[in-house]
Amino acid sequence: MTVSINGSLSAYSLHQVTFGYASRRQEVSKAILDRLSCEIPVVQVFGILGPNGSGKSTLLKLLAGVYQPQEGRLSLFGNPLSGLAQAEIARQVSLVPQETLQVFPFTIAEMVLMGRYPHHRGWGGWHWEDASDWEIANQAMADMNVAHLGGRLVTEVSGGERQRAIIARALTQQPKVLLLDEPTAFLDLHHQLDIVRGIRRLNREQGLTVVLVSHDVNLASQYCDRVMLLNQGHPVDIGPPDQVIRPDVLEAVYGCRVLVDRHPQSGLPRVTLPV
Amino acid sequence: MTPSPVSTDSSSSVSIPRIHSTSRAGSSITGGRPRLTPLRWGLWVGGGMAMVSVVCVVCLGFGTEAISFSRIASLVASTALGMGGEMVADDPTSVIVLQVRLPRVLLAFLVGGSLAMVGVALQALLRNPLADPFVIGISSGAALGASIALLFGVGISILSVSALPVCAFAGALFSLFIMYRISSAKFGFSIYTLLLAGVVLNAIFSAFIMFLTSIADPNRAFGMYAWLMGTLIGPDFPTLGVLALYLGLGLFLLTAHSSSLNLLTLGEETARSLGVDVERVKKLVFIASALLTGAVVSFSGIIGFVGLIVPHAVRFLVGADHRLLLPLAGLVGGGFLMIADTVARTVLSPTELPVGILTALLGGPIFLWLLTHRQAQLGMK
Repeated sequence: MTVSINGSLSAYSLHQVTFGYASRRQEVSKAILDRLSCEIPVVQVFGILGPNGSGKSTLLKLLAGVYQPQEGRLSLFGNPLSGLAQAEIARQVSLVPQETLQVFPFTIAEMVLMGRYPHHRGWGGWHWEDASDWEIANQAMADMNVAHLGGRLVTEVSGGERQRAIIARALTQQPKVLLLDEPTAFLDLHHQLDIVRGIRRLNREQGLTVVLVSHDVNLASQYCDRVMLLNQGHPVDIGPPDQVIRPDVLEAVYGCRVLVDRHPQSGLPRVTLPV
Repeated sequence: MTPSPVSTDSSSSVSIPRIHSTSRAGSSITGGRPRLTPLRWGLWVGGGMAMVSVVCVVCLGFGTEAISFSRIASLVASTALGMGGEMVADDPTSVIVLQVRLPRVLLAFLVGGSLAMVGVALQALLRNPLADPFVIGISSGAALGASIALLFGVGISILSVSALPVCAFAGALFSLFIMYRISSAKFGFSIYTLLLAGVVLNAIFSAFIMFLTSIADPNRAFGMYAWLMGTLIGPDFPTLGVLALYLGLGLFLLTAHSSSLNLLTLGEETARSLGVDVERVKKLVFIASALLTGAVVSFSGIIGFVGLIVPHAVRFLVGADHRLLLPLAGLVGGGFLMIADTVARTVLSPTELPVGILTALLGGPIFLWLLTHRQAQLGMK
């Protein structure tokens, strides 16, 4: 494991990471992430904030090993991510994407069980799930309040139910790091609270490292230990929400006036838009 | 406003309860489909095999000469046990059943089964329930390869057994490669780009084939026309053996990757994040699909829509898990084409219809219905 500047252990360390979606001629068309360096500490909830197109989701995909950076070093618990097989990464890291295409009639339980894939080794990936796989999947579904939906088809449940099932699938991978891309985007208030509290609890009780991409500055403020504010592929500021979520910083990045006061319960920064 | 005890209470009641009564694995999941266990898999596949055997015997009974099912069953059984050797020569019934009808019925089974499995694999890979080797242009690519072989005479030499499928395989792979390049050019590997590219490729390959037939010697051109319409001309047993070998290889590759195919239906990025080596699986599935399509097209021409109708029906029956869907679609596809071919060769007896006409008449309208009525489900809004 690598040690970051302030002495805590890092789940990820990024050094000068540059990435752009390659065009036909193998050139980097436009760097979405440009020489980004940062440390993501273990057992913390780490928030990534920033305007549309700032590279938040792309960064998350790099952390999940879905894409490889063109330049720079990206390591997971001290090991370069490029040296790890896809399944090895998936046993340690799980990604909850912003949206998942669901075309075929899998049941929720079948979809959640797919999280066990990286833990099996069969030629070509063929495997049967055993009792322990089912136990893990059931626990994850219970944690995300979707156990009662196990037999329903993913194509017929609501967006919020599907999102919770996808988080359950991510937990079924039994990861050390959970990457979430806008986990509350499709959810009503009740389920937003359920999800963020559930994630916070897994973080506190089971030592899960969480990296959360969100548009919701207030959610990040309440539930993240550290946040990174990203703008055009560069980190503008990294630190506790108290430090980063300031009107001058936000106004510079988002290009509009914001009001920042304090949350009545927690005293953490709360952002509202002016009338 | 200061936090009130009421709000704290209500929020704690919302939080997720920590301990659940999920001690027994699988017990909390009720309703819907039962879980896929080796036993359930075996029952379905075994049931499918039994059904196929019955369909096979029934299909052997139909034809210009009506033959009772019990006679067929005893003939097939005795041959299978190696006792039918001497009977064949002097008994006309056994000649009709074992040497005329059986090879043809077996060919229909192999062709139908392969097309259905290729359909399943391509649908998963492209996340598009409308993908079918015929619809996205792989069959016509294979047909072009085979046409070139036929035109330049490779097909009539002693090498016919091996050269024709190889050319068709090359054609199928070529069309897949072109589509891959087209669709990955600018927008990444988009599903709908690929479907459109397939439609256009189909038109281009068909034009080439028509060109080839128009310059060919009329006798040969007629043979090519008949073959292109999709016919199951009775092959001999060694030829069937070669075909079975091709198909067995493709089948093995696809089935071994069925768990990976399950994940690929969620999208390539998601599959990768779940540990699938996407590039490798994609390549293998493409090669296996080209292999199966090439082998099938070189033997039977273009038989469309089997890879569309059968996977839909089987998915409706057993769900989307490819571990069960693939083999069962293979069996059902085989059974379906055995029946379709029996209808094609008996409905206007003694004239035989190309079975491809029958499957297109059945599959085309189903394709259109899916396109117009299931758009939301297909994610094509």
